[in-house]
Amino acid sequence: MIAIPYLTALTTHFSYGLLFVFGHVRDFFRKLMFFTNDNLQGYAPICLGAEDFYIRRLYLRIQDCFGRPIASAPDVWFDVVERYSNDNNKTLKRTGNISRCLNLGSYNYLGFGGADEYCTPRAIESLKRFSPSTCSSRVDGGTTLLHNELEECVARFVRKPAAIVFGMGYVTNSAILPVLIGKGGLIVSDSLNHNSAINGARGSGAIIRVFQHNSPDHLEEVLREQIAEGQPRTHRPWKKILVIVEGIYSMEGDFCKLPDIIAICKKYKAYIYLDEAHSIGAVGKTGRGVCELLGVDTADVDIMMGTFSKSFGSCGGYIAGSKELIQYLKYTCPAHLYATSISPPAAQQIISSIKVILGENGSNRGVEKLSQIRENSNFFRSELIKMGFEVLGDSDSPIMPIMLYNPAKIPAFSRECLKKNVAVVMVAFPATPLLLARARMCISASHTKEDLIKALEVISQVGDLVGIKYLLGEADKQQQERMKLE
Amino acid sequence: MELAALNLVNATLNWVTSALDAPSARAVVFGVHIGGHLFVEVLLLVVILFLLSQKSYKPPKRPLTKKEIDELCDEWVPESLIPSITQEMLSEPPVLESAAGPHTVINGKEVVNFSSANYLGFVGHEKLLESCTSALEKYGVGSCGPRGFYGTIDVHLDCEARIAKFLGTHDSILYSYGLSTMFSAIPCFCKKGDIIVVDEGVHWGIQNGLYLSRSTIVYFKHNDMESLEKTLERITSENQRAKKLRRYIVVEAVYQNSGQIAPLDKIIRLKEKYRFRVLLDETNSFGVLGHTGRGLTEYCGVPIEKIDIVTAAMGHALATEGGFCTGSARVIDHQRLSSSGYVFSASLPPYLASAAITAIDALEENPDLTLKLKENIAILWKGLSDIQGLSIASNLESPIVFLVLEKSTGSVKSDLQLLEDISDRALKQESIFVVASKRSTLDRCPLPVGIRLFVSAAHSEPDLLKACESLKRIAAAMLRQTFRSSQQQHVTVLNSAGQHSAVESFVFPREMPVLASH
Repeated sequence: MIAIPYLTALTTHFSYGLLFVFGHVRDFFRKLMFFTNDNLQGYAPICLGAEDFYIRRLYLRIQDCFGRPIASAPDVWFDVVERYSNDNNKTLKRTGNISRCLNLGSYNYLGFGGADEYCTPRAIESLKRFSPSTCSSRVDGGTTLLHNELEECVARFVRKPAAIVFGMGYVTNSAILPVLIGKGGLIVSDSLNHNSAINGARGSGAIIRVFQHNSPDHLEEVLREQIAEGQPRTHRPWKKILVIVEGIYSMEGDFCKLPDIIAICKKYKAYIYLDEAHSIGAVGKTGRGVCELLGVDTADVDIMMGTFSKSFGSCGGYIAGSKELIQYLKYTCPAHLYATSISPPAAQQIISSIKVILGENGSNRGVEKLSQIRENSNFFRSELIKMGFEVLGDSDSPIMPIMLYNPAKIPAFSRECLKKNVAVVMVAFPATPLLLARARMCISASHTKEDLIKALEVISQVGDLVGIKYLLGEADKQQQERMKLE
Repeated sequence: MELAALNLVNATLNWVTSALDAPSARAVVFGVHIGGHLFVEVLLLVVILFLLSQKSYKPPKRPLTKKEIDELCDEWVPESLIPSITQEMLSEPPVLESAAGPHTVINGKEVVNFSSANYLGFVGHEKLLESCTSALEKYGVGSCGPRGFYGTIDVHLDCEARIAKFLGTHDSILYSYGLSTMFSAIPCFCKKGDIIVVDEGVHWGIQNGLYLSRSTIVYFKHNDMESLEKTLERITSENQRAKKLRRYIVVEAVYQNSGQIAPLDKIIRLKEKYRFRVLLDETNSFGVLGHTGRGLTEYCGVPIEKIDIVTAAMGHALATEGGFCTGSARVIDHQRLSSSGYVFSASLPPYLASAAITAIDALEENPDLTLKLKENIAILWKGLSDIQGLSIASNLESPIVFLVLEKSTGSVKSDLQLLEDISDRALKQESIFVVASKRSTLDRCPLPVGIRLFVSAAHSEPDLLKACESLKRIAAAMLRQTFRSSQQQHVTVLNSAGQHSAVESFVFPREMPVLASH
């Protein structure tokens, strides 16, 4: 759990309070101006005032930290396009200048982003053979040999009997959950689940209950209470219960407590849905995800979902499960029946990258990449903790968020790092709670030791400048204790 | 004896009287005489207050004990995750072995392909392949991040600017998947309490977006302007105070489920009269309608500023993947931060964005592709207008030619089975690849199923004529039994505007073909 120090909490509250007050004062003046300038002619305004208060008054001030365009492949070193603004950050225009920066922000865990020596020639070949799109859904004329090969490959990799592939990871969640569960069902989801799972759960029509992040005890409590009470108001028994968890939580960097949660789900006869968007390919001895890492049998997880845009350098999502499940989904899932099938070069990229990971292409690049990412993550994390930063996440996880808390530190950290040619990602409200803003680093297998050391230097300098080494006293204390023992 | 008893009684009475009239009892407190009856009244008051203060009787609440909860949990049996697999769930679609162009290879045989929405024939176009190849070499395949976190590549910004320039709007926004465009854009602008009037034949993406927005949804009859007007009238009269209420009309330009074209000029007139906003889905009309391919607005002569939000999927005419949304600057900026399919999802792979730019360039350079497409549609129409047992349900100019059964077999399932048999036979025996439209169990569209032919500008005339002949043969063979000698038939006749109007009970006294033995 994140324990925010008292002084920091005070200053963060004060900063936000100040920002809100300023925002409301400016809104007041804006209303006066608008009163004389109303050209809506009887229509209600398309964006209501209160909805985008946060965007207009807080987010626009630091807009240049987000959405930075790049002019090259999302590799370890990439070109960030510089932007300028004439109207106080309201609109940003591109200049022609680029700066070469170290990439600590892209989801490129195994280094397949950008042109790869094995995958890219094959992708170009399938582009020439099948062209960039089939212009048709899978059930019409959009199934090619590649698609069938891809589904077999994915099922083999994930160690499940069958798999189905879609063209976008977000749509996978949103279109599958309504098929599996409907009115009269219960969805119990972790409090920090991704927006796509929440969207799919809302679209299904089932009742949604939330359990505390990664707490199997609270999950058990919620399940017991809900089964005993039944559906709200009618108290009829639930039709089915689905528990949704993620492999790695992208804002915290910690793994799900899968063995405990599966034990509870088996005891209470609930189905479990595992969303491995970030963990597939990046963790586990052979890259097979969080099930391999935690020693869980894949037959215990009813539905496994994942995306290809993170570790495989492509796009799309998959669902893996029993043969009957996949057949049923192929019959009725709207994303399979109506949406264009996944682009053939992207499918080929996934097949090639899986072959590299499993070593089926004859080299041991896959094994190297997997051990490299583990080493890199552990090294980076331990160094950051030694420096006194407050870093979240478990060891072995390639995602490390550094806590910032204060809203003013968000743009400060981001801009200072960019000046020193390190590109980092800032995460603030609404992706995280309001007071818990953070900077998030994603380590890749292609980062070399020199890259990491350079990044650590820059982050340490900027951290001193901005003042985010909250745990510095504790790190020193720990070191002193260790020296005393020796 | 009596005297003694009498004396006793008298004595008692005297004693009681004297006790009650004792000096203390006659004390004056605050000017009020305290008499003996006051004690009784005070006692009565105390008893009344005591009874009032007692709570009314409620049976005591007993929460379930741990043992009882355990028992309930043991007893509860969930439904199975999926229903049991039936025969129709096991059918597999045909597998293509080459690109989905106008001709493709299935099972080693070359067939004429009418099931890819490749309207302008860009599948296999060399310029497209070149630009994709260079993009793949430069950027790799994926973009490895959402738009807010270094997933914005300069080709995305170029593509958005190109689309906005082509359509003449202020700005546009790219989504990474066609289906997610509508169901992310709608919840951005419609929240609980808003009113949306939508055609009943829209596709699943729009239906899901409407459901997620939690607004009040009112359907009107498919492509029927009077029904729309009545609905708008009813809604405006019910909701007089509409200051904060946003009202929308959602229509598709060319409906995927029927091939009809929405009459945009009438809709604009209604919209201005009743003050609604219009959301238009131009997936199947972008690149097809209008003499330069700019879509339904050009076709109907409506300036594009009158439409508030235009969305389209790029997987049809532009032969890439993804989707875009375009409109005024306010509309687009708002989506960049609150559209969930844009903010929380990885961005479009850069090679597909560069393919989109090349496709729009190619379309602008040769606007006669749209003319060729129109000619092809006309040839197909002529050939299929007298097919037995099937009728064309789509508009004269729509690139989707939609054939429905003239006489339904009774249930949607058996209709679908029959249509699938027809398309199977077309593929296997005649090498014509057509598909029957499938419906998901989640889809609420009430329109009938049918066979869809997607016409492409790259089809040659012999292809189209061959398709007409083959379909007529197969339909005649398989649908003979739907003709009865003296039964009334429902014939659908097209009026001059190219729209449907059902003429009922029109008796055809025609000679019946001899039913040969099958």
